[in-house]
Amino acid sequence: MEGQKQVLERLRGAFRSGVTLPVHFRLTQLEAMMSLFEDNETQILEALHEDLAKPKFETVLSEIDIVVNDICYNISNLQTWMQPSYVGTNLATKLDDCFVRREPLGVVLIIGAWNYPIQLILSPLIGAIAAGNCAILKPSEISKATEKLLAELIPKYLSQECYAVVCGGAEETKTLLENRFDHIFYTGSQSVARCVLQAAAVHLTPVTLELGGKCPCLIYGRLDMKAAAKRLVWAKFFNSGQSCVAPDYVLCTDEVKDMLLPFMKEALESFYGSEPQESPDYGRIVTDRHWDRLIELMKRSEGKIVIGGESVKETRYIAPTVIVDVKGTDALMQEEIFGPILPILTIKSLDEGINFINEKEKALALYAFSDESQVVTTVLERTSSGGFCSNDGIVHMTLPGLPFGGVGASGMGNCHGRWGFETFSHKRGCMLRGWGLERVNVLRYPPYTESNLSWLRWATTAKKKGWGGCSLM
Amino acid sequence: MEKQVVDGLREVFQSGRSRPLQYRKQQLRALLRLITERHADIEQALKQDLNRSMHGTSLFELIGIENDIKVAEREMTEWAAPRPVKKNLNSALDDVYVKPEPLGVVLIIGTWNYPWAMIFQPLVGAIAAGNAAVVKPSELSEHSSRLMKELLPLYLDKEMYQVVTGGVPETQELLKQRFDHIFYTGSSTVGKLVMEAASRHLTPVTLELGGKSPCYIDKNCDIAVACRRITWGKFANCGQTCIAPDYILCEPSIQDRIVEEIQKTLLEFYQTDPKSSPDYCRIINTRHFDRVLALMNECTIALGGENDRSQCYIAPTVLKDVLPHFKIMQEEIFGPLLPIVTVNGLSEAINFINAREKPLALYVFSSDKTVIKRMLKETTSGGVTVNDVLMHYTVDTLPFGGVGNSGMGRYHGKHTFDQLSHHRACLIKSFAMESLNDARYPPLTTARLRKAKFFMGHRMCSCNGMCVWAVIATVLAIGLLVGLLVVLI
Repeated sequence: MEGQKQVLERLRGAFRSGVTLPVHFRLTQLEAMMSLFEDNETQILEALHEDLAKPKFETVLSEIDIVVNDICYNISNLQTWMQPSYVGTNLATKLDDCFVRREPLGVVLIIGAWNYPIQLILSPLIGAIAAGNCAILKPSEISKATEKLLAELIPKYLSQECYAVVCGGAEETKTLLENRFDHIFYTGSQSVARCVLQAAAVHLTPVTLELGGKCPCLIYGRLDMKAAAKRLVWAKFFNSGQSCVAPDYVLCTDEVKDMLLPFMKEALESFYGSEPQESPDYGRIVTDRHWDRLIELMKRSEGKIVIGGESVKETRYIAPTVIVDVKGTDALMQEEIFGPILPILTIKSLDEGINFINEKEKALALYAFSDESQVVTTVLERTSSGGFCSNDGIVHMTLPGLPFGGVGASGMGNCHGRWGFETFSHKRGCMLRGWGLERVNVLRYPPYTESNLSWLRWATTAKKKGWGGCSLM
Repeated sequence: MEKQVVDGLREVFQSGRSRPLQYRKQQLRALLRLITERHADIEQALKQDLNRSMHGTSLFELIGIENDIKVAEREMTEWAAPRPVKKNLNSALDDVYVKPEPLGVVLIIGTWNYPWAMIFQPLVGAIAAGNAAVVKPSELSEHSSRLMKELLPLYLDKEMYQVVTGGVPETQELLKQRFDHIFYTGSSTVGKLVMEAASRHLTPVTLELGGKSPCYIDKNCDIAVACRRITWGKFANCGQTCIAPDYILCEPSIQDRIVEEIQKTLLEFYQTDPKSSPDYCRIINTRHFDRVLALMNECTIALGGENDRSQCYIAPTVLKDVLPHFKIMQEEIFGPLLPIVTVNGLSEAINFINAREKPLALYVFSSDKTVIKRMLKETTSGGVTVNDVLMHYTVDTLPFGGVGNSGMGRYHGKHTFDQLSHHRACLIKSFAMESLNDARYPPLTTARLRKAKFFMGHRMCSCNGMCVWAVIATVLAIGLLVGLLVVLI
């Protein structure tokens, strides 16, 4: 059994050999990833069902299709992305070639999470492969069946020289982090992220952190109540609320709340029937420990349960639950919920809602529901968050054109689509000068004179839009 | 004290004062006035700090800052505008864009070799992106630091931008506070400490560090011109430039010619006694003077070597036949010593470079395109200039930054704006088209799943997009065939 250090050395050797540089190699690996999904859909469905009781529908949309779409997007565009991009120059540098080369970083480490155990590890891997790196994958040990499946399938489909899966728990991850990587991509919690960042600092390794936070959902003004309720409920209870971009809590007026609740009940019933426990389309909590935490939160809350509240320990089931009359000091408002419990806090004005949001840490996503565009614009302009979506939840992260990432406590860096390729690349600024015009270069050489200086100033100031400024010849 | 400064700035930032572009442009214009009105004071401070000449200061610091300010002011509206991105079928009717937003309060830690540029160039981007900022100039360039503390509040909004001066204890105290981004220029050693401090608050960092920037001179090149350009870049600011060519790699057959050409150039630039040339700087202090001098110990001096501790003066010095294990090859020189290490050709040079940490800059001089191509393809570095030195730094459309040990992140021009902004993904939907959404709602049916996949997807069938054209072509062909048949029958 290969130790961590040997795996790393092997991958480093492969990277140094230059095997990942040609576009053909990268495309072949991406196509192999596609085959991995095409050939193993059943096994993937089974593993996710075992880990999270994840319904087939959810697995297909949020673990298979979203990743396959990103692979396609990368395959279609990789050749273009890999081309050097030429930049504007000014009078002094007009005869020079100035361009940016995108180069691989080396050996990267991707640490996955358990809530979307396939997507959150393979989606960054797409960017790492596209950018020409080698990679070590460390899937979450909590989603055991998926961890096992990944350990079996990755070496079967991808180059074993260049990509490896390392399994284990907290201790193994800690040891892994003592090694030197060229980039670390971590998805998970803030507390572990601090340790990852500290370990990275020792080697000056750049990191991408995809964390979480309490994603607020502000519902205000004129709305299509039925559509709003459906979209809110879908986004919240998908994966039984265990999504880093799930709407964590709702802020709305009393009137809106009273109108929304019956539509929410209706939506839940149309999705999961009158008994969500019996619906094949409703998930479960990942472990007993996580289930206990959520039950405890519900107990300590001083709000009133108006929908759901039922739970079954044996199957780690918690019904889709809505709790009203929740205050800012409630237990449910002290940490990211990450479960199928939706607190509703009432506000009297939009300002109150915005101020409430701004007093808290910046979240990974922020949602504003309103038919009034002024309301949406106001919320967008006066808050910050990783991403923003109006009148829907989660879907903004399914567009590969948009960067997916946090800000402040919700993370740093981003991925998806071209953003993943750029995250795992070094953008090397290159200037190719000719041998001619040495007489012009004289302007910059000592002995320095006033007249040389003023000629230089004239030649190098950026005069037109789009022309690069140049500070000296 | 440091906590109060940061808390105060955060409060002012949260008031939204720096959001309007007008405000940011006004602050940039004020910064430009600071430079143009007080340049004589700045030049005087740099003369005292580094014996830098007036022209040297303009050339290497002020022109660059002025340009950055003008570009930022002129292009800010475009930089700050929402940037639309590609949609899929599902979002065809929505607004999908990336919105650049300020981060909050940024900390800019400068360094002593270009004390004004290393602070003001990041500051321009911080202001343009709408942030508040704490600026911490290096205490080693003490005259510049003092002057900056005096001047900045006279020109900029002192509630939004503040200068904190001091040494290591003050910097450490600052680093305990929570910032929304830390921009640090300096050594790799301190860079690690900055990143470690930042990790406690999950603060993103930009680190502009250093390293040994190699300079390969191919035997197929105009050696005279190459040596002039290298001499200029190496000995400017007395070698104290993070992207100065640190050492030369060349074949043994051209080593003597290189020494000869450098000697000629030095005479031209600094005359017979560089010590009395107004254009030749000094080492920043005696500690660095001692450090740099000690690096010469094992080496064979081909040119220079003279020094005067009382003035922190070290003559432009070239060392030949330097071996890889010498002390001078173990750390970034950051002084006017230019070692020549001989190698047997390009492959050995490439291997030599790749066996070491990734440098901030890499230089290659050659008339042979294949040499240049190989060097670019088979090595990596922060940036590259081919057939010259330093110049990639001067084009603000090129991203400037390190990789690996030489740093992370990039800046200059729009890149600074982007580095100090948050790129917020925005999807603006309406309540319309709810029937499309039905496809994604449970309960699962085959029809629903198929519809959901179709609308979410980017491919029409296979991944290279050729399939779409194949379908269209087939349809057209069939149409034509039918048309032909109709005509004939």
